[in-house]
Amino acid sequence: MASLKELKGRINSVKSTQKITKAKQMVAAAKLRKAQAAAEAARPYADRLATVMASLAGRIAGQDNAPMLLRGTGNAQRHLLVVANSDKGLAGAFNSNIVRAALTKARELEKAGKTVEFYLVGRKGRPVIRRAYPNAIGQMFDTTDVREPGYAEAERIANELIDMYAAGRFDVAHLFFSRFKSALTQVPTTQQIIPVPAPETPVAESGAVVDYEPGEEEILEELLPRYLKTQIFGALLENQASEQGASMTAMDNATRNAGDLINKLTIQYNRSRQAAITTELIEIIAGAEAL
Amino acid sequence: MLHFELVTPAKLVRSESVHMVVVPGTEGEFGVLEGHAPFMSTIRDGAVQVYRTAGGAPELIEVRGGFAEVGDNGLTVLAEHVEG
Repeated sequence: MASLKELKGRINSVKSTQKITKAKQMVAAAKLRKAQAAAEAARPYADRLATVMASLAGRIAGQDNAPMLLRGTGNAQRHLLVVANSDKGLAGAFNSNIVRAALTKARELEKAGKTVEFYLVGRKGRPVIRRAYPNAIGQMFDTTDVREPGYAEAERIANELIDMYAAGRFDVAHLFFSRFKSALTQVPTTQQIIPVPAPETPVAESGAVVDYEPGEEEILEELLPRYLKTQIFGALLENQASEQGASMTAMDNATRNAGDLINKLTIQYNRSRQAAITTELIEIIAGAEAL
Repeated sequence: MLHFELVTPAKLVRSESVHMVVVPGTEGEFGVLEGHAPFMSTIRDGAVQVYRTAGGAPELIEVRGGFAEVGDNGLTVLAEHVEG
């Protein structure tokens, strides 16, 4: 049986842990609200762009002179897996879920005889992926010095990817991130980003002929990188909301567990104290009777 | 009135009814009034001029990178960056 002093020490240490998890939970809740608002605000642009893309891509897809980003390189041998993680932990299974989805896909592709390369965004996924595929990590995008990955980061990632694609480093790119459903559920998602899949928004043909300036191809040429950036930006935003959601849930559980532990320890502490008092009393009474 | 929307990746900057908007297209500036034919153009870096009323002074919004689309529901400018 632990001594009273030891028990008291443990209770105090669990109490301070609980304070930390509770604080982190509240921070996550506040950040979640912000992240959700940001995701909401990014929607109009993404929607508009998808509509325009759909109508243009539908016209040009299938033609031989379609831009390479839309048409693909012609084969599907080398795959690039873009894995978006966070830089911080304390978010439950958020990062490991994304990494697991990426690794599953990587194994699948390898089984099919394809080559796999990773492009990692964020710090958390690195050790796990490095252990599984020590030689397949091509590039890492560091987000440790930015507080919240925003459009500037998405832009840089997209540009790097486009450069790599233009240099013929890969044929197909997949993006792994966590889609935000609610604070309780985040779904690890895989999305093909290069070649750009044509959005599936139904094209509302108004019947009127649209004038393009300069031309359809030129606009599409400029549109594709932008569309890619928006896709990555959207994924980063979803990821952020998911991270905060997962963090909130994990910290809520941790706080509750700490509470349970404190109750258990307190009962143990009180029992030990009671036992000590009883023993003392018995000793006094026995001493008095002996006189 | 012309329905005008200015959208960036981060947010919806403007959504309002105005008299006319002059957009800096890659192949020259063009003004859009109500009832303009469907039209799409890339834009160069420059100022979008928003005329709230006919003959009034325009409001200038600096935009960088993007394109403009004129459809049944008015003019939509999708810009990568908006200053101010």
